[in-house]
Amino acid sequence: MIVAEQKTLEEIRRMITPYARVLILGCGTCMTVCDAGGEREVSFLHNALRVAQAKSGNGTHTFSEYTLKRQCDPEFLDVLSDQITDVDTVLSLGCGIGVQAIAERYPDLPVLPGVNTSFMGMAKELGVWDERCAACGDCRLEETAGICPITRCTKGILNGPCAGTKDGKCEANKDMDCAWVLIYKRLERLEQLEKMRRYYPMRNFRAIPRPKRLTSRISVDMGEDNEDNG
Amino acid sequence: MKTMANSLFEEKLHSNEFLVTTEIGPPKGADVSEMVHHIDLLKDKVDAINVTDHQSSVMRFPSLGGCLLVKERGGEPILQVTCRDRNRLALQADLLLAYSRGIDNVLCLTGDSIDVGDHKEAKPVFDADSVQLLKMIKTMESGKDMGGEDLKGAPKFCIGASVHPEADFIEPQLIKFEKKVAAGAQFFQTQGIFDLANLHRFMQYASQFDVRILAGIIVLASARMARYMNDNVPGIIVCEAVIEELADVEKGKGLEKGIEISARMIRTIKEENLCHGVHIMAVGNEGIVPEILEQAKLPSMSTKGKRINV
Ligand code: SF4
Repeated sequence: MIVAEQKTLEEIRRMITPYARVLILGCGTCMTVCDAGGEREVSFLHNALRVAQAKSGNGTHTFSEYTLKRQCDPEFLDVLSDQITDVDTVLSLGCGIGVQAIAERYPDLPVLPGVNTSFMGMAKELGVWDERCAACGDCRLEETAGICPITRCTKGILNGPCAGTKDGKCEANKDMDCAWVLIYKRLERLEQLEKMRRYYPMRNFRAIPRPKRLTSRISVDMGEDNEDNG
Repeated sequence: MKTMANSLFEEKLHSNEFLVTTEIGPPKGADVSEMVHHIDLLKDKVDAINVTDHQSSVMRFPSLGGCLLVKERGGEPILQVTCRDRNRLALQADLLLAYSRGIDNVLCLTGDSIDVGDHKEAKPVFDADSVQLLKMIKTMESGKDMGGEDLKGAPKFCIGASVHPEADFIEPQLIKFEKKVAAGAQFFQTQGIFDLANLHRFMQYASQFDVRILAGIIVLASARMARYMNDNVPGIIVCEAVIEELADVEKGKGLEKGIEISARMIRTIKEENLCHGVHIMAVGNEGIVPEILEQAKLPSMSTKGKRINV
């Protein structure tokens, strides 16, 4: 899933300054799971903003709140039309995709990001998430025993560890495992060390250039017929 | 061994001489006078001088610029190239420039992580790694660039790489070492060695490959520096025996002790024929290298059979 972190209250208050009526908009999928922008966080933030405004005597905002099932999918945005009629801005607690989906749907409405979208990853333990995928468009997890060196090695290198690894940790961050130590150990366990002995050439950054677009392979394979139907 | 050397240094690699290289870290700034002084001091005392490439990810005068100065002053440069700051276009361009100016030796490194340096917010590149960089050079030597286009004038280099014989988890390092050999590395300058038993063990394994190994010798100036390096400098593991030896001397005598330790190690390596040479890294104290060579009783180049075709 996508993992994000809510921006600080100060930064959010600074962003909303020009706008009187603010809709705080949560998202029911990834942002809910990573505790950054689900229904609960929307309500917490709503309260925090109200309290901060009252305490500081600064600002005359009015707030409303709503949480969509999914912000990144146009068909889930239809229900918004009622919420959005009398607001001056949407403070989205969706990921960067959600923010942009709202902006695309409402060309005249300013949208503000309430979270910093950080990475794609998974829960390590309660309240801790680790990055796992860089969406490089050219998955090579078969070569590396299911451990991604592009994501989990700071340098994203492909031919084995650098000399900086020590105690199994990465030279850039002693709290993080060296991806290549993990890869070696797992390949050894799977009796596939020959995969590490292989030479891997430089990556193809054109695999999917930025910005990326994917077209469903089914409709591609079915060709024109499908287009006619769809 | 084959002749047809691409550089003076390569010619020496093929001889049976005990090789001595050292390195110079360029200044942080445009004033190169001290670097030139060090080049002049060292150029006739060693077989080649490496110029570091933003070592420890600290921004400095470029390696290529330093190598041009070494060349200008009549020395034999080894260009250190890391993949941290340049993508494949920039790497190839720098290599073409180097070759066109007579810089024929290249040490191929991945490069330290941005996080250990002084520009922590910079974008790390790592379009290539050290093995891929070696291969890149081989491709260029064949007359093609990395886009598959013909080069007008192909370069020819003597290429080297690094290896970490003291790594606490050696197996994956050895796999990478073998990939570097297969990719065409002719010589290795190892990470700093402090326990010669590790070097000995490594050489028992590495001697099966047709490459020259120069043991990295880091000159320590105090026990504090040793501990700091252990904690903060990637690829360095100073053993307790050396730290204790440094801790035992009175204040202000640390560097003297460091010189003594380095010289002793070099002497042992040479006498016991542990490997093919040494690479002395004085990290900021380049001026003391002659003293180390003297204490190690190494003949300087002037007495060692002078350069061959200059
Ligand atoms: S220590 Fe391991 S994870 Fe960190 S940069 Fe080096 S190879 Fe990558």
